[in-house]
Amino acid sequence: MTTTSTAYRATAVAARATDLSKVYGQGETQVVALDRVTVDFRQGEFTAIMGPSGSGKSTLMHCVAGLDTFSGGSVRIGETELGSLKDKQLTQLRRDKIGFIFQAFNLLPTLTAMENITLPMDIAGRKPDQEWVRKVIDMVGLSGRLGHRPAQLSGGQQQRVAVARALASQPEIIFGDEPTGNLDSRSGAEVLGFLRNSVRELGQTVVMVTHDPAAASYADRVVFLADGRIVDEMLRPTADGVLDRMKEFDAKGRTS
Amino acid sequence: MLRTALRNVLAHKARLLMTVLAVMLGVAFVSGTLVFTDTLSAAFRNQSAKSYDGVAVAVSSYADPSDAKGDPGVSQQTVDKIAALDGVESVTARVNGFAGVADPDGKLIGVGWSNKGANFAPGKDGEDPAYAFAQGAGPTAAGQVALDRDTAAKGKYQVGDPVRVATNGPVKEYTLSGIFTTDDGGVSAGGSLVLFDTPVAQKLYAAPGHYQDVNVTAAPGADADKLLDRVLPLLPDNAVARTGAALADEQAKDIEEGMNGLNQVLLAFAGIALFVGVFLIANTFTMLVAQRTKEIALMRAVGASRRQVTRSVLAEAGLVGLVAAAVGLGLGVLLAVGLRSGMSAFGMKVPGGPLVVTATPVLSALGVGVLITMLAAWLPGRRAAKIPPVAAMNSVHAAPTAKSLVVRNIIGSLFTAAGAAAVLGGAAMANEAGRYLIALGAFVALIGVIILIPQLSRPVVALARPLLVSVFGVAGKLAGQNAVRNPRRTGATASALAIGLTLVTGLSVIGVTVGQSVDKMTTDNIKADYMVSMASGGPLDASALAALEKAPGVGAVSPQQSAYLQLDGDFASASAVTPGDVEKVLTVKTVTGDAGSLADGRIAIAESSAKKHGWKVGDTLPAVFDDEKKGELEVGAVFQDSEFLSPVVMSTEVAAAHEKKPDIRQIFVAMDGGQTAANEKALVSALGENPAISVMDRQDIRDQFGGMINMILNIVYALLAMALLIAVLGVVNTLAMSVFERQQEIGMLRAIGLDRRRVKRMVRLEAVVISLFGALVGIVLGVFLGWAIGESLKNGLPGYALVLPWGRIGIFLLLAGLVGVLAALWPARSAARLNMLNAIKTE
Repeated sequence: MTTTSTAYRATAVAARATDLSKVYGQGETQVVALDRVTVDFRQGEFTAIMGPSGSGKSTLMHCVAGLDTFSGGSVRIGETELGSLKDKQLTQLRRDKIGFIFQAFNLLPTLTAMENITLPMDIAGRKPDQEWVRKVIDMVGLSGRLGHRPAQLSGGQQQRVAVARALASQPEIIFGDEPTGNLDSRSGAEVLGFLRNSVRELGQTVVMVTHDPAAASYADRVVFLADGRIVDEMLRPTADGVLDRMKEFDAKGRTS
Repeated sequence: MLRTALRNVLAHKARLLMTVLAVMLGVAFVSGTLVFTDTLSAAFRNQSAKSYDGVAVAVSSYADPSDAKGDPGVSQQTVDKIAALDGVESVTARVNGFAGVADPDGKLIGVGWSNKGANFAPGKDGEDPAYAFAQGAGPTAAGQVALDRDTAAKGKYQVGDPVRVATNGPVKEYTLSGIFTTDDGGVSAGGSLVLFDTPVAQKLYAAPGHYQDVNVTAAPGADADKLLDRVLPLLPDNAVARTGAALADEQAKDIEEGMNGLNQVLLAFAGIALFVGVFLIANTFTMLVAQRTKEIALMRAVGASRRQVTRSVLAEAGLVGLVAAAVGLGLGVLLAVGLRSGMSAFGMKVPGGPLVVTATPVLSALGVGVLITMLAAWLPGRRAAKIPPVAAMNSVHAAPTAKSLVVRNIIGSLFTAAGAAAVLGGAAMANEAGRYLIALGAFVALIGVIILIPQLSRPVVALARPLLVSVFGVAGKLAGQNAVRNPRRTGATASALAIGLTLVTGLSVIGVTVGQSVDKMTTDNIKADYMVSMASGGPLDASALAALEKAPGVGAVSPQQSAYLQLDGDFASASAVTPGDVEKVLTVKTVTGDAGSLADGRIAIAESSAKKHGWKVGDTLPAVFDDEKKGELEVGAVFQDSEFLSPVVMSTEVAAAHEKKPDIRQIFVAMDGGQTAANEKALVSALGENPAISVMDRQDIRDQFGGMINMILNIVYALLAMALLIAVLGVVNTLAMSVFERQQEIGMLRAIGLDRRRVKRMVRLEAVVISLFGALVGIVLGVFLGWAIGESLKNGLPGYALVLPWGRIGIFLLLAGLVGVLAALWPARSAARLNMLNAIKTE
């Protein structure tokens, strides 16, 4: 039973980048942010993208999530090819198929926690699946605070609202951009725990950009980026293992 | 600190744009007004000085030709005596009065009140120095006239053509002897001037052999004051003389006063515009300070004092104000030039002259611009000074402390309550003092409501929220919440609109209400089909009455002649009417007695007068008539007060015995068959197709009042447009600030799937909500104000009933919504185009 589901998971790809390139500027000032990157994000997998500053990890996430345009190659979310989509279709794709968690929480201060959680469905004009939303809220432990506004919540609680918002619409894939960057280590651990649980228990697909080895250790797989290229990959990472790998890149970067 | 201020101004150019625009428009209004009135009064002064150029002594008679007593003017003998005086070089004697010229279609040329006629007074050389003949020559025979060039052109008259001219008597045909140019003020203001041969003019306007004005020029070396001393003893009782210099001074003073009035009205509206601008400026600086919290805290941390922080904000405001005022001044000068050419485009001719830009408008423009901006930035500056140095260390962007509105609300409520009480009190007093109290109360209440507006915004917008959500979905929901997110800013923005709309609505309510009650008064009181009067507003000739009585189809005719007499020791104004007919043309509601008794020489008294004096039907009252003859009059009836009849009504026969010439203000005519084109034509032809006499049907009479009220309202709307424009800039400003502050949020919304269209809609709806909120507050206040002023006017207006111009109010609301949409154009566009990635990145 477990083996078949793992096998199935291994074959189904939630998002895929093929020969993805992103170039800023022209001529002399040209900067290559992504250099023909090919990567798969499998369904039901928790992937962390790591790399030093300027390695292109955020750019990779933005391009795959349909937030940014790219210069070459292709990106697919499920069966949809992003390169051919107009802004309107991209917006719809993000709305219906993608969830986001940002470093700065990015909640609407005028809405209550509950309203923030159901905002993507509100925008889509869909009725939220009450049972599912309840489940998500219970999981992130927000039950008592649904009527609160973001200003009345702690940073950790705010990010839990953001996690619930990403999960509530049952997207095909969730992207996190340094989701623990603004949190203390305890709150950060909680949030990462929720993300991991969502993958394990709910079968969610999560891709997270981080520079924190401890955060990366919650993932099933870590993809390492340097100078716009994928340089390594690690399965079932540990914090120490990731840290060692990162140090190697740093040393290489300095000597080369 | 000045350098910091300068850098800040340069760094926030775009965000200061609306502030600069608002100050600029306000300053342009002020300086435009000052330059315009300066230029105009210089031109008028110049003109009046020219007209008294060379006049040493000016004699003028104030004889009334209809007056039975006294000299009918300055006689030829007196003029001759003056001419023979020592030191007199020459004399020019003049008479003038109303003269209307008909165009070939029989219509009056020029505006009614300045259609003048005068005598052609040639000197020894056969030329009249006041008029330069372009064609032909001055009239020298009874059948000749000369016309000013514009009038001749309008009537397409050539020398030798027959021209029909109406004076206060019947219309007459003359031969055009010449066409002249003149700098006469009436002509340049769009009137007309007809020159007659002197004996003709004397007969028309004074009496044969008599003049009204005599201008004396002095021989070389003769002193004007000494000349005046010699002229004075020669004059009749009802004539005065002054030196030309004194007269020119006096006219200059009159012009100054007239211009001051215009100045004050325009400056009051400029003041409103500037006041509205204050809200916009304060909003901008509040935001700039909030954004710079860290920077300011850092300056405080490294040792800047509170006062230095405040001063740097004020210096920044001063710089912005100075730049805006300088541009505004330039714009104001252009405005003044535009206004002058605009006036001539509308047919109002103003004397030419150079543009006058004195130091006053320049200094006041700069002063007003700088002061207003600094004043508006004062509170934000003080708030900046309160930022503690520790704020520099806080890594998390400090949320603006939502300071409690309690104190503010208490003050606002007190102001509103005091203002409302004063308005209600003033309305109850129902007199002039009451109106002042209303104005004061309205101002205080307005301030109170402005203070309360932030508090009001939440419940009012909450009311609209269900509608926003159900019609516009999530964009509407977010817009509704965003609109009240910063209640102070929303309040200030809405206040700016509310002020303008309070005035617009209040004046509309009063205008429409007064218009309706005047209209009702007219329709209630006039039964006649036509009202005949002089276009000039002067008295009609008795021949007109006789002609109308004989016109075909006329059922009843009664004049409304004005007369004065002493009744029972008190002066009273009286109407002389045709007994019997008067009830057919005017509503005469008899309270006691019988109006028919007018026919046997008895009089009717208005109810209020009868009460006041204790007169009743059957009383015989001692009377002293205008010709000082004594008699007795018996009261035959008491009637309900009417706007169209004086307190004492008598028959024309009674009046005729005591006056040289009847003073007929109007003649009311009822026709068989009512108002028809044929009937109107019959009347016009009975009056000899006289262009100077207007024949108005009931609709014309109503239009005359209604048109005037509409015109005044339109002028006020135009003057308030500047204040409203600045309020609109305020909405743009607020929206732009909101979009700028909420970049991150908007970026997030875009990321999680809100499309551009709905982002735009969200911003637009926020603007509409704020605009409509401001408009609503303004309309409610305006209606209250209009009602209060109406109450105080009630006593003077029988048949007064408050009329709420729902149509207009609906249009105002619609326009306010439109203003919101327009104001949001640019902010909504920039919100939709926002770079999503920059917005969600955390730096």
